[in-house]
Amino acid sequence: METTISSHFRIFFKFFSMNNLTIKELEQKSVKYRMALLKYIKMANAGHTGGSLSCTDILNVLYNDVMNVSPENFNDPNRDRYIQSKGHSVEALYVVLADQGFFPETELETMCRYKSPYVGHPTRKVNGIEFNTGALGHGLSISAGIALAAKKDKAPYRVFTLLGDGELAEGSNWEAAMLAAHYKLDNLVAILDHNTLQITGRNAEVCNPEPINEKWKAFGWNVVHVDGHNIAELSKVLDEAPTVPGKPTFVIARTTKGKGVSFMEDVKKWHHGVPTNEQYEIAINELGAEQIRLKN
Amino acid sequence: MPQSPENTKFHKADKLKNAQIKMTSTILKMGKANLEIFSETLIELGKNDKDILVVTSDSRGSGKLVPFGEQLPGQIVEVGIAEQNLVGVAAGLASTGKKVFAVSPSCFLTARSLEQVKNDVAYSNMPVTLIGISAGVSYGALGTTHHSLHDVAVFRAINNIDIVIPADNFETRHAIVAASQSKKPIFIKFGKKNMPNLPRLEQSFEIGKASVIREGNDVAFIACGETVAPAYEAAQILEEKGISAEVISMHTIKPLDKEAILKSAMKCKAVVTVEEHSIYGGLGEACSSLFMEERIYKPFKIVGIPDEETVSGLQTEIFDHYGISGKGLSETALNLL
Repeated sequence: METTISSHFRIFFKFFSMNNLTIKELEQKSVKYRMALLKYIKMANAGHTGGSLSCTDILNVLYNDVMNVSPENFNDPNRDRYIQSKGHSVEALYVVLADQGFFPETELETMCRYKSPYVGHPTRKVNGIEFNTGALGHGLSISAGIALAAKKDKAPYRVFTLLGDGELAEGSNWEAAMLAAHYKLDNLVAILDHNTLQITGRNAEVCNPEPINEKWKAFGWNVVHVDGHNIAELSKVLDEAPTVPGKPTFVIARTTKGKGVSFMEDVKKWHHGVPTNEQYEIAINELGAEQIRLKN
Repeated sequence: MPQSPENTKFHKADKLKNAQIKMTSTILKMGKANLEIFSETLIELGKNDKDILVVTSDSRGSGKLVPFGEQLPGQIVEVGIAEQNLVGVAAGLASTGKKVFAVSPSCFLTARSLEQVKNDVAYSNMPVTLIGISAGVSYGALGTTHHSLHDVAVFRAINNIDIVIPADNFETRHAIVAASQSKKPIFIKFGKKNMPNLPRLEQSFEIGKASVIREGNDVAFIACGETVAPAYEAAQILEEKGISAEVISMHTIKPLDKEAILKSAMKCKAVVTVEEHSIYGGLGEACSSLFMEERIYKPFKIVGIPDEETVSGLQTEIFDHYGISGKGLSETALNLL
């Protein structure tokens, strides 16, 4: 029942939103975000490059196309919530939040510097960030708590959280998974940035999280698969989620670590690698070429 | 030196052999368990404020919260035996404006879910009240897995969380009411045995402000939680010997009421701290560092649980074993004077 009310609310919101972007415009934004996050990682000489490039499209679609959240309504109790459980990919979040107008993008020039609020993991000192995260395995419990509060208050908002696939080894996720199904949190959407790589190597070799699909289904979740770099698909899946009344939804977004930069793609060393000047130039040129291609 | 059966030498013990030891219960009116007061207070508060939520990890029975669940079924959230999730969910609920009490045995709440306390509650500044039930050695006979002698030490080192250890029913009730109105994270712990109603100079309670239970000027007992009662008993034993003992209930360990500690220490010849906690990292060390910084050099003893595998037994037996009793504490004071 709540899902139906929530869906109507969302359709109403979207209909009146002036910011509806086309798929092509969203694709252009992703390229812009990738260029920006590389710029600030390069300036800071620190950052989680591969994972940020991996989840850029997901964050782009969430903030520009799916969620009812903006600097104007950030204190509205009915805003949609986003909790970044894989907090280390904060650079992607920073550039998206800056683009949304939560703070001037130039402030990111201070990232990771002395006394800067823009530290290497999300903090509430930064406008637009709901929770301080960064230790893995926390976001799903927090999100479940918020979703539970929404149910108690009969509030229409949804809660989105982004998890890494290496993060699934954290046992606390499974405590939260049980709880979310038990309380039928169909206002909760967990998105898995499934790039198959973690700092040591392939998930399958470190501590195999598979079969991910069957595990979440067995825990009572509705499981959806999506190409995590296909803007149109992401838009459809995330906008519709959660699709099954009485169940939380787990979106397995298949992604590529380091997406968008040829020499970073699917290479583990870019987990928190910082490009040299030469590498940075090549990366920006590649993304620049993609930008031109999308404009034509 | 840590106290242990081997190295605890009460040199003046003989002097006390024939002293009549008045039992606390014969002097003070016995109250309820602080745990019961917590439950009763929370029901009262919850009935008037639907935003008050209790989150339990299969701990409603041991937390005396069955009546809360029966009377306010919409205000209790059960997460199952999952303490990490307990604290994460509590933080999420609190972020939406709920006044959340996360309740679990202190041994699990402050160890299993320590990272959630640090990040989701304290660092994220969510106004969650963490209730550590059956704290210290309340579960004495159940063994070390169920003892909580580290909680103050670890929480003292975490920024942005108050630590409150009420001594009796009065302090428990006021601590719970204060927590329900607080905008910041608080940890409150207590045991499950009936506690005597302690006298106090002023019938008031404020987090961060120590309560003077009894004034004196020879020795100061600075105690917290369920060790305040034996400190009071020790003061009475000492009185019979012509020694004037002050008893302070340092119910808030963080923020520490430095002024009250210094005032007591300045006027007394010796100071004894008492806590149901490891002698490392708790009230005693907080006081000792304060004394050093303030250049107060007086005979001083930290009484608590030494750094050894804790002796097995009931809470009262463990207390007696480590000198946390009227007799033991009065002997400790005599040794210092």
